[in-house]
Amino acid sequence: MRVRFEGEEIEVEAGQTVAGVLLSKGIRSWRTTRGADRPRGLFCGIGVCFDCLVRVNGVPDVRACQRVVADGDDIRTQTGVELPS
Amino acid sequence: MRRVVVIGAGPAGMAAAREAAAHGVEVVLIDAAAKLGGQYHRQDALEPGDRFGSPVAPGSAEAALPEVEHVADATVWAIEPIDGGHRVHLRIGPADGPSRQGRAVEARAIVLATGAYDRALPFPGWDLPGVVTVGAAQALAKGQGVAVGDRVVVGGTGPFLLPAAVSLIRAGARVVEVAEANAAVTGWLTSPRGALAGWSKSGELARYAAALVRRRVPYRSRTAVVEAHGSEVVESVTLARLDARWTPIPGSERRVQADAVAVGFGFTPQSELALATRCRVSDGFVVVDAAQGTTAPGVFAAGELTGIGGADLAAAEGAVAGAAAAKYVGAAVEPPLRAMARVRSGRRFAAALAAAYPVRAGWHDWLRDDTIVCRCEEITKAALFRAVDDRDVGAARSLKLVSGVGLGLCQGRVCGQNAAELAGVDGTGFAKRPIASPVRLAELAEEEPIESPIDAEESGSPLGVEY
Ligand SMILES: Cc1cc2nc3c(=O)[nH]c(=O)nc-3n(C[C@H](O)[C@H](O)[C@H](O)COP(=O)(O)OP(=O)(O)OC[C@H]3O[C@@H](n4cnc5c(N)ncnc54)[C@H](O)[C@@H]3O)c2cc1C
Ligand code: FES
Repeated sequence: MRVRFEGEEIEVEAGQTVAGVLLSKGIRSWRTTRGADRPRGLFCGIGVCFDCLVRVNGVPDVRACQRVVADGDDIRTQTGVELPS
Repeated sequence: MRRVVVIGAGPAGMAAAREAAAHGVEVVLIDAAAKLGGQYHRQDALEPGDRFGSPVAPGSAEAALPEVEHVADATVWAIEPIDGGHRVHLRIGPADGPSRQGRAVEARAIVLATGAYDRALPFPGWDLPGVVTVGAAQALAKGQGVAVGDRVVVGGTGPFLLPAAVSLIRAGARVVEVAEANAAVTGWLTSPRGALAGWSKSGELARYAAALVRRRVPYRSRTAVVEAHGSEVVESVTLARLDARWTPIPGSERRVQADAVAVGFGFTPQSELALATRCRVSDGFVVVDAAQGTTAPGVFAAGELTGIGGADLAAAEGAVAGAAAAKYVGAAVEPPLRAMARVRSGRRFAAALAAAYPVRAGWHDWLRDDTIVCRCEEITKAALFRAVDDRDVGAARSLKLVSGVGLGLCQGRVCGQNAAELAGVDGTGFAKRPIASPVRLAELAEEEPIESPIDAEESGSPLGVEY
């Protein structure tokens, strides 16, 4: 199985979350905040804090720690928060 | 329809489902995760299959939870009262995906077993990537086989720091140090006369402590991470000795190289569904009677939602709640006296644990004016205090409105209690959220199939046992 992160192909396994994939590749930060443009990545790990948001297949505000990857997913960093959408 | 809906498939929810099913009622067990187990029994997501049985084949020979329909990857985002029960709304499918499927399940009795999440205290640099909660480190290590960093400092308070440190090591990290802000956990583990002697978890914790000793991981009490440094990610941290109030002792600061920090200061219950069903909550925890009944008719609660006491207590409470819920929908149920006895002893240890590992107010001194208090809205301590000084803030709701704290996507889950404590107001209001989990607008507009409206069958009576 493969996904793309910022256009780059990554080999993944079934059951991995987006956060699991990124951290296993040494990627720690994948969002910037709207206000001060500060980097963000994983924080609570269980879907509570909404710090770990990414864009998956064009859809923003997906929690990286909760989303399990699917073959061909296109994962991108995001700025701020776009909900409600 | 004799149906019980159980929300949350951790130790509490699984026990509730098993117990209710054993009394012949139909059980729907809903969890946001793909596999059963919750936090304590979190399974390796990369392994095929489910250790607790085949969830897709209820009633099959190998299923550990017979007659239970396990709805996986399903988030409960609202519960509404209906005549004679409740309607539970869920979205099923990839987390936060717009194509999730809607479903609504009605039941006369529901068991809330939604668990808890780590409390994190703010400190300068706590918003840098690489600073995570101990629960996050634990969940990533157990569920994904990934360590959150190569050189990790673990800090906070309570026995949970120990298993998290051991999991990090197993996932390949070097744990640089474990910093316990209160007195050493290891002290009471070895004291046969201590308040926690006989606690079912003591043996397990002693094994974790021994594993850390073998690896020569320094374990320091009265110590905390008071700052994380780095530009894009954590590069180092400052640890300091604390006085009895948790104020850092000047001159005791040490700078340590680390690329990740895992912090946890106890747990906060996941109470939004309980508040949505109008259960009474005290100090953040759902109030229950001896049968795990809440103040809302037909709503039972079990596990960390009702108090923090570990997996065994959660499972015992779940068993009681499952029996009580089955009785409520009309099954013949004997009072589960053994589980009730386990609950009582578990609660004694939980109270001793809470007394031994409190959060002390000296953490307020870790913050500087420009330290972020609310991570979502990027509100600093100075901005929070300015807002509080400018207006008369009496409760969490007005604190939210004047300062902006808690108005972000996490809805105050992370910052609410901390901000309320800093501002000196009651924080319960932060847990009141109209939607328990965000749904997209398009999803809200969608119609969802509603299953088996409740028929006007005879109404069961709650498990009214006294002890
Ligand atoms: C991240 C984390 C990791 C932990 N790891 C350990 C550990 O390794 N060892 C240990 O001794 N203790 C651990 N704990 C402490 C642990 O919480 C308890 O000991 C035990 O798991 C509590 O059981 P429970 O059944 O009350 O809740 P949990 O085990 O937390 O189960 C709650 C379940 O409810 C589900 N849920 C919540 N809200 C919803 C919703 N709206 N819709 C659908 N599903 C929902 C969650 O997905 C979860 O599976 C951990 C705690 C946390 C927060
Ligand atoms: S890390 Fe908190 S929601 Fe993903």
